[in-house]
Amino acid sequence: MDVLNVDYMLGLVPVLLRYLPLTLQLAGTGMVLALILACLFAVIRVLRIPVLNQLTIVFISFFRGTPLLVQLFLFYYGLPQLVSALTVIDGVTATIMGLTMHFSAYMAESIRAAIVGVDRSQTEAALSIGMTNGQMMRRIVLPQATRVALPTLMNYFIDMIKATSLAFTLGVTELMGATQKEASGSFLYFEAFIVAAIMYWVVVELLSKLQNHLEIRLNKAYSR
Amino acid sequence: MIKLDSLSKHFGSTVVLDGIDLTIDKGEIVVIIGPSGTGKSTLLRCINFLEQPTAGTMTVGDLTVDVKKANRAEILSMRRRTAFVFQNYALFANKTALQNIAERLLVVDKWPKEEAYRRAREILDQIGLGEKADAYPASMSGGQQQRVGIGRAMAAGAEVILFDEPTSSLDPEWVEEVLGLMKQLASERQTMMVVTHEMSFARDVADRVIFIDGGRIVEQGPPSEIFYNPQDPRTKDFLKKILATNPV
Repeated sequence: MDVLNVDYMLGLVPVLLRYLPLTLQLAGTGMVLALILACLFAVIRVLRIPVLNQLTIVFISFFRGTPLLVQLFLFYYGLPQLVSALTVIDGVTATIMGLTMHFSAYMAESIRAAIVGVDRSQTEAALSIGMTNGQMMRRIVLPQATRVALPTLMNYFIDMIKATSLAFTLGVTELMGATQKEASGSFLYFEAFIVAAIMYWVVVELLSKLQNHLEIRLNKAYSR
Repeated sequence: MIKLDSLSKHFGSTVVLDGIDLTIDKGEIVVIIGPSGTGKSTLLRCINFLEQPTAGTMTVGDLTVDVKKANRAEILSMRRRTAFVFQNYALFANKTALQNIAERLLVVDKWPKEEAYRRAREILDQIGLGEKADAYPASMSGGQQQRVGIGRAMAAGAEVILFDEPTSSLDPEWVEEVLGLMKQLASERQTMMVVTHEMSFARDVADRVIFIDGGRIVEQGPPSEIFYNPQDPRTKDFLKKILATNPV
């Protein structure tokens, strides 16, 4: 069957694998930064800190309400036009900024819901023994909220890994960008993109396995 | 010693506590009774600053605060001198029995780990749950959870332990073990303020019974007087009703 060039596909695997680390780096860095930002937003929202709360609401609304691709173009092509110091921003940085802000907006809401979901009597108990608000958050609320939020956060992480493919529109040669180059050289588009698709798929599957392990560990305290 | 001077609590225009004056000696066991919604729980919650009282002054041990002007440091300090036992136990679900008790020593009192866990283990043995050290709240019975709740309060080494209807959420089969532990604490002369409908506990254990109605102390005295010779018609009425369903 000459429809599918299997040899080409097998040969492409090691070539594309070289670009997987950049894809993972984009997603990994984006996820860590987005989590930090999202926790900050969630706490601001839960405690209704004046001014910051309103700013956060607008931020979340904007970054949830506009396409990621538009945001990436804004960061990469738009910002340097406004602020000349930002002309040094490269595609990788712009992608990480976009992913961070876009996904932090989504994650903030699920973290907030998880925090609010922690039994109020437990927060009272924490205060009653003389803990500060910070201690209560760190030791009692956030550990329990993490467990509740974990499945949704992992979903966002999976989404983010796939969203890194948009970086190729900013000229970043990550997995998608590399595949695009290979394919336009060989004209074997189907073979090239199916290899890329399988690579994304395998990464996401491995992540799902990790999620299962984490959930079992975090649920230990709550089973009868 | 605890001293409340015209302590009030308003929720909006509703007056829940209407100028409570009360002095409780070290080692005294005080039981607070009264109809529901008359401010009994609010009184305990105000002493622990889970609610900020509206007016009055409060002394616990060597600390006196004007509740209206209490700052964050004073509120923390007040909470650390008082310990609270909740109706629904309110154990930390992400911590084991041992950790629930040690938490305060570790985080608030900043004890070294080893010492905190040693003390927590002593308390677990005292409350008869030594073998449950590593159990999480979800795997314990209501009675066991409430005993850990009391253990957590004991760890505070507080001037007073405040019990807010500690047996009201319990299945009847677990009530005795919790009351038993409270009696044990009473016999060690731990200062206690207890809001409860367990009239036999009040009669047998309390040094003083306080009847609250409408946010005020209506009548107080030793259990023998309150139960067998109440003076105020509201006390008589309340006792008649509650003793009909909950005989001493």
